[in-house]
Amino acid sequence: MKKKVVVSFAHVFLAILAFIWLIPVAWVILTSFRGTKGSYSATFFPSSYTLDNYIKLFTDFSVFNYPKMLLNTFIVASANCIISTFFVTSVAYTMSRLRFHSRKKFMHMAMIIRLFPGFMSMIAVYYIAKMLGWTGGPMLRVAMIAVYAGSAGCDYFIAKGFFDTIPIALDEAALLDGANKWHILTKIIMPLSRPIIVYTLLTSFAGPFKDFMLAKVLCGTNQDYYTVAVGLYQMLEIEYIDQWFCSFAAGAVIISIPIAILFLYTQKYYVDGISGAVKG
Amino acid sequence: MGKKNKDISMKPKCTAVNALRYGSLAVRLSAAIFGFGCFAKSQIIKGLFYLLAEAFLIFYLIQSGAANIARMITLGDQAQQKVWNEAKNIYEYVDGDRSLIILLYGIVTLFIVVLFFCLLVSSLKSAYKVQLFVKEGKPVPSFTDEIKALLDKKLHISLLTLPTAGVLMFTVLPLVFMISMAFTDYSKEGNKLVLFDWVGLINFKKILDLGGSLGQTFWPVLGWTLIWAIAATFTNYFLGMFLALLINWKEIRIKKFWRFCFVLTVAIPHFVTLLIIQQMLQPEGAVNILLRNMGIIGAKASLPFFTDALWARITVIIINLWVGVPYTLLQTTGILNNIPQELYDSAKVDGAGPIITFRKITLPYMLFITTPYLITAFAGNINNFNVIFLTSQGYPRDVGSTAGKTDLLITWLYKLTIENQYFNVGAVIGIMTFITLAIISLVTFRYSGSNKNEEEFR
Repeated sequence: MKKKVVVSFAHVFLAILAFIWLIPVAWVILTSFRGTKGSYSATFFPSSYTLDNYIKLFTDFSVFNYPKMLLNTFIVASANCIISTFFVTSVAYTMSRLRFHSRKKFMHMAMIIRLFPGFMSMIAVYYIAKMLGWTGGPMLRVAMIAVYAGSAGCDYFIAKGFFDTIPIALDEAALLDGANKWHILTKIIMPLSRPIIVYTLLTSFAGPFKDFMLAKVLCGTNQDYYTVAVGLYQMLEIEYIDQWFCSFAAGAVIISIPIAILFLYTQKYYVDGISGAVKG
Repeated sequence: MGKKNKDISMKPKCTAVNALRYGSLAVRLSAAIFGFGCFAKSQIIKGLFYLLAEAFLIFYLIQSGAANIARMITLGDQAQQKVWNEAKNIYEYVDGDRSLIILLYGIVTLFIVVLFFCLLVSSLKSAYKVQLFVKEGKPVPSFTDEIKALLDKKLHISLLTLPTAGVLMFTVLPLVFMISMAFTDYSKEGNKLVLFDWVGLINFKKILDLGGSLGQTFWPVLGWTLIWAIAATFTNYFLGMFLALLINWKEIRIKKFWRFCFVLTVAIPHFVTLLIIQQMLQPEGAVNILLRNMGIIGAKASLPFFTDALWARITVIIINLWVGVPYTLLQTTGILNNIPQELYDSAKVDGAGPIITFRKITLPYMLFITTPYLITAFAGNINNFNVIFLTSQGYPRDVGSTAGKTDLLITWLYKLTIENQYFNVGAVIGIMTFITLAIISLVTFRYSGSNKNEEEFR
C-alpha cells in the first residue's frame, strides 16, 4: 500500500516537472499563432489564432527577408557540415587509433585551446577575415564557413569516444593480413563508423542555425548575408519587436522542427559518444 | 613500452640537435639550404619541395615580413594628417598608421617565422634520417615510398595537417592576437582606438588592484562567476542524475514519454528558448500574467525576476537548470545503464537499502566516469555566455558600473569590448578567465585519476 502511494507520487512529480519543462515550448508555439501583435499579451492563451505570422515571414520583405536568411544558412550549413565532419573524424580517428610521439601534446593543446572563452577572439576573427578580404559581398559566406569549419578540429571528443569503442583487435587482424593504416581506416573503420559520421554531419549542419554571435560580428549591418539566427535575434530589437514578435516565434518554430527531428534522430549517438567519451 | 625504449637507445635519436652535432656536411648544410641533404642522397622531388618552400618564405620575409615585425615594435605613430595640396588647392587626408592592422600583420608574420623554423627542423631531420638509413645499410626511401608512408606509418600527418591548419588560422591566431591586446592601451579611454602603444602589465595591475574602479568591479564579478559555475554545474548534475534514476526506476511507467518530454527542449536552439524565457519573465511577461490570472500575486504586482539582484541570480541558475538538466539526463541515462547489474544484486543480498546502494555504488561509479564531463561542464558554465546574455543581460546594474549583478566574466568581457570598446581590459579579462579555468581543471583532473587509464576499457 505504502509503495503504491510512493509510485503515484513519483508519477505526479514527473508530470509536474515535465509540465514546467514544456511551458516555454508550448508558449512559443502558441505565440506563433497569436492573432494580436506585440510582445506582451494580457492572457497566457492567445485570444485569437491566425496563420498571418507565418505568412508575413514569407511575404513581407520590407525589413527582414526570412527566405533569404534560410537560404544563406542552408548554404553555410551544408558546406560547414562536409568540411567539419572531415576534420572532426580525421582528428578523432588519429587521436583514438594512431600512436605517434606528439599525440598527447596535441590532445593537451586542444584541451587548453578549448578553455579560452570562445568569442574572446570574435573581434580578432573579424579582422582576420577582413585581412583576407572576406568581409564584403558573397565572400562573407566563405568567411563564415571557414571560421565554423576551421575551428572544428578541437571538438573531436565525442567522435574519439566512439572510435575508442571499436575493438583494437580488428586493426591488428588487418595489419597481419598486410593492410596499411589507410586501408584500415577506409575499409574497416569507416564502414563501422556510420553512426558517428551521421551524428557529426547532423550536428555540424545544425551549428550555423544556432549560432548568432559570430555571424552577427562577421556580417555587421550587411543584411543580405544574415543567417536565420542573426535575423531572428534582430527581430527582438526595440524598433522591430512590436511588429515582429509573433513572427519571431513563427520563424523559431520553423527552424526548430527540422533541428528537433535531427536531434531526436541522433540522440542515441550522442548518448553513446558521451558514455564512451568519458573514457578518454 | 620498455622494449621500444631499448631500441631507441641503440642509435642516436633523430632530432635537429643531433643532426647538427653528428650529421655530415650535407646534413648540416640543409639548415641553410633546405633540402640539401635530400639532393645529396638523390631524393630530388622531396628536396625541391623543401627548397621551393624556403625560397617562398624567404621572399615573403624580405618583401614585407621584416617590415611588419619592425613596425610591430612601435605599433605605428603616424596619425592621419591633413596635407595642403598645392596643385588642387585643397586639403587632402593622408592615411595614418592603424595600430590594430600593424599588430595583426606583425603576429601573422611571427607565425610565418615559426613556420620557417619548423621547416628548418624538418629539413635537418629528414636529411639526418637518410644519413642514418645509409649508415645502417637500409635503402634510401624514394619519393613513392614517402608517399606510401604518408598513408601508413605517417598517416597521422596526412590526417592532421588540414584540421591543424584550420585551428591555427581561425582559433589560435585570433587568440594570440587578442592576448597581445592585453599589453596595449587599445581602448576608447584616451582616444586610443586608431593609434595605440605597448604598455606592459599596467592593465593587469588595474584589474587586480582592489582600490581602482576596475578592480572593484573585477573581484565581485569573479566571485559571482565562481559561485554561478559551481551552483550551475552541481544543481544540473544532481537534478539530472536524480531524474535519470527516477525514470530508470522499474516502477515508472511510460519511460520513453517522460524522457521525450525533457529531451524535446534540448532539440530547440538555445538562443530561441532563452529569448522566449526572457520575454516570459519580464514584469509584464507571460509568467507574471499567468500568476496574476491564477490569483497568486496581486493584479498589478509582478515578481522581480531580473530587477532584484538576489532574485536575478537565482532566476538565472534556475533557467540554466531548465536548459541543462535534459543534457545531464541524456548523458547519465547512458552511463547508468552501463553500471554492472551484479553490483546491485550483491548489494541486495547483503541487505543494503536504496540509499546505501546509491551512496556506495551509483554515486562513486558516476563520479568516476563523469569527472571529465564535470570539468567540461564547469568550464562551459564559466564561459556560459548565452544563458546570461540572452536572459538577464547582466542586470540589475549599479549606476556607474560596467558590470551588472548577474554578469559573468564572459558577459562583462562582451560589454567592455563590443559595447564600450575597452579592448585591452577585455583581453585581460579573457586571460583571467582562462587562468581561473586552467587552475581549476588541472587540480580536478590531477586528483580525479580517471585521466590515466585511457586504454583500460578496450
